[in-house]
Amino acid sequence: MTTVQDLPQIKGVKNIPISEGYTSGHRTCQGCESALVMRLMIKAAGQRTIVVGSTGCMYVANTTYYSTPWVVPWMHTQLGSSGSAATGTAAGLASMMRKGKMHKEPINVIAFCGDGGGADMGLAAISAALQHDEYNLLILMYDNESYANTDIQASGSTPYGANTTFSPPGKETRIMNKRWKKNTAPMLAVGHPDVKFVATANGSYGLDFNNKIRRALTIGGPTFIHSIDPCPKGWDYDPKFSHELGMLIVETGLWVQYEIIEGELTLNGPSRAIARGIRKRKPVEEYLMRQGRFAHFTKEDIKIFQDRVDESWEKWWLPGVIPVTMGQD
Amino acid sequence: MTTTATNELFQTEKEELISGSEAIALACALADVDVITAYPIRPYDTVMQYVSKLKADGSFDCDFIVAESEHSQFEIVKHASSVGARTFTGSSGVGWFYAFEAITVTAGLRLPVVAMVGNRALDDPGAFGVEHNDALAVRDLGWMLYWVATAQEALDIALLAWRVAEDPTVFLPFAVSCDGSFLTHSQAIVNVPTSEQVNKFLPPYDRGKLQLHPDNPITIAPQVNEDWLMEMRRQSDEAMHRSVGVIKKAYEEFKEIFGRGDPSPFVEEYMTEDADIIIVGMGTLALPVRVAVRRFQEAGRKIGFVRVKFFRPFPTEELQEILTKCKAVCVVDRDYSYGAPSYGGVLFTELRSALYPMEKRPLMLNFIAGLGGREVHVNDVNDMVDIVQKAIETGIIEQEATWIGVRDN
Ligand SMILES: Cc1ncc(C[n+]2csc(CCOP(=O)(O)OP(=O)(O)O)c2C)c(N)n1
Ligand code: SF4
Ligand SMILES: [Mg+2]
Repeated sequence: MTTVQDLPQIKGVKNIPISEGYTSGHRTCQGCESALVMRLMIKAAGQRTIVVGSTGCMYVANTTYYSTPWVVPWMHTQLGSSGSAATGTAAGLASMMRKGKMHKEPINVIAFCGDGGGADMGLAAISAALQHDEYNLLILMYDNESYANTDIQASGSTPYGANTTFSPPGKETRIMNKRWKKNTAPMLAVGHPDVKFVATANGSYGLDFNNKIRRALTIGGPTFIHSIDPCPKGWDYDPKFSHELGMLIVETGLWVQYEIIEGELTLNGPSRAIARGIRKRKPVEEYLMRQGRFAHFTKEDIKIFQDRVDESWEKWWLPGVIPVTMGQD
Repeated sequence: MTTTATNELFQTEKEELISGSEAIALACALADVDVITAYPIRPYDTVMQYVSKLKADGSFDCDFIVAESEHSQFEIVKHASSVGARTFTGSSGVGWFYAFEAITVTAGLRLPVVAMVGNRALDDPGAFGVEHNDALAVRDLGWMLYWVATAQEALDIALLAWRVAEDPTVFLPFAVSCDGSFLTHSQAIVNVPTSEQVNKFLPPYDRGKLQLHPDNPITIAPQVNEDWLMEMRRQSDEAMHRSVGVIKKAYEEFKEIFGRGDPSPFVEEYMTEDADIIIVGMGTLALPVRVAVRRFQEAGRKIGFVRVKFFRPFPTEELQEILTKCKAVCVVDRDYSYGAPSYGGVLFTELRSALYPMEKRPLMLNFIAGLGGREVHVNDVNDMVDIVQKAIETGIIEQEATWIGVRDN
């Protein structure tokens, strides 16, 4: 296995590196949290990094010929290929360094994908990448809860009932998307016991985000981070509320912030306070009703949501994380 | 800082009884390939069985990755190639099609991946045998495409493939097509060259200014849309044009260093001098056709054979020159193209297009044969020649495309 870079955990906001790897030149919507995620990601990783990105908003809206925002080497990969892109990049570097064809140095390899590219189409390739212990790589799934770039269509990571262009509420059927959001990070953590780092993240908690990226890049082997990214266009809210919605999804308990380091789970930030009973969960209605995509919800729809969130915190074996309850004996 | 390793296995030249797949596996080791990806599908995957054994025995240092699908197989080598690693992969039939998205972008990105296609019928209904439709599907995309006929040629052309694909004036992927079973699994005596010879012929892969690396922080494949795509498509077209000269030069050097090869890298001629009828085909079809041609010639009939080796770039000029000298051309397609002009096969349609500008055009008849791995016998070749002969005599082509060796019920 190749060595990793020395990227210590950042203690305090003031110690976040000022250098930028993702700058002007992109055309994402105002208030796009995924764009912030890109910036936080590369800030933490630094310049000796190769980034590969799947098709989606973070390809199409970011990189237009002649106006790339990327200061680091960047390459597009296919919608379902973040796993194989990371593996191929890391394997190419590892092989050439081992054989003396390239100067030996630890180079970070990060492949990102959206929820459509990751939780749906690219799941098998991500799973395969997570089995290759010999390569150091990070797969970051930025989850804006839809196929955003193609005009907001429902993915396996879209919340129940959300209005998307493939699940519009109609005269006959109010709830078109009856699927509950995929529980991607735990699925990958549980399914790949040798992976040393799996985490959830959220651009509203910037320092935590930076440090998770650094942990993922320095722990060795393949790693996975799932971030939740408010998307003003797809979620239908005023762009100035992105940061606030990012916090609300955690405070309502709908999204849980955690990291699994070598098999040990730690809840972070508000999620930890909720689990310890220090903080009460806000009602999900406060989060849902701020977004146009849930505007058609009735009281019953909101209740379905609230009940499921309550159940995940009260009945699940690992609250909010693993949807398994203990049997009677 | 690039070096090519000298492999212990290949200190002296030797002759070995090996299959086409094994020959290509040895070519991988000789070329010191860096990243190889495998996924099982018959018949190509025998090459990966040999590669993995070479690696397990410590005879070949490469990153050998067992992918979870053909799509990933081709994506992994695509990305390894972008950081400067020499790569090899392959597939067959529906596996090749499963990888198709990755296959097309590899050419679009001008990445010199070398792939083996073990030609196989496209299921359903299930069939393991050879058909050329799998590899032919890339003909419009910017892949160089070559059909080999012997295990020796498989080894030789694999080496040529990296040399041409990685030439910075070309930078296009290269598919080495091998007929399933007839080539992938059939053994023949192969002259295995030394590492020293190969190193002389094959320089290290240098991605230059296009290498994805922190020292060269470029952005690869941003959105270009109607602003730039057409210019880029034309660049690929120009690269394919340039490959012709690069192939010629590389082949001449190949012959000098290894002491074998045909007069032309693009086509093989067999008894075509003064021929009235020239049979044209690709791959291992050459074996029964050569036998039939020999017998015709012994009986005083002027029948010759041309084997098209490179399908892309298509050897237009060579074929124009050879085929305009005869009275009739008998094109044998081991493929189908339902609804194509005259309901002919792919090779036939291309050849007819290549000969259209010529002042003197031969009669052209097409035969669809040997699909799904069905053997093409000498008798089948005789039947085709009879039909062509009749067309010459009557001046009438009753049917341009005929299926040969098909049961009526
Ligand atoms: C194989 C393939 N199918 C479909 C598309 C069309 N497509 C382009 S971007 C996109 C949306 C991807 O969604 P996601 O991964 O969630 O990223 P987002 O756009 O939301 O950032 C789709 C479906 C494609 N590029 N490739
Ligand atoms: S649609 Fe959403 S994810 Fe895409 S650029 Fe706009 S805000 Fe960002
Ligand atoms: Mg998305």
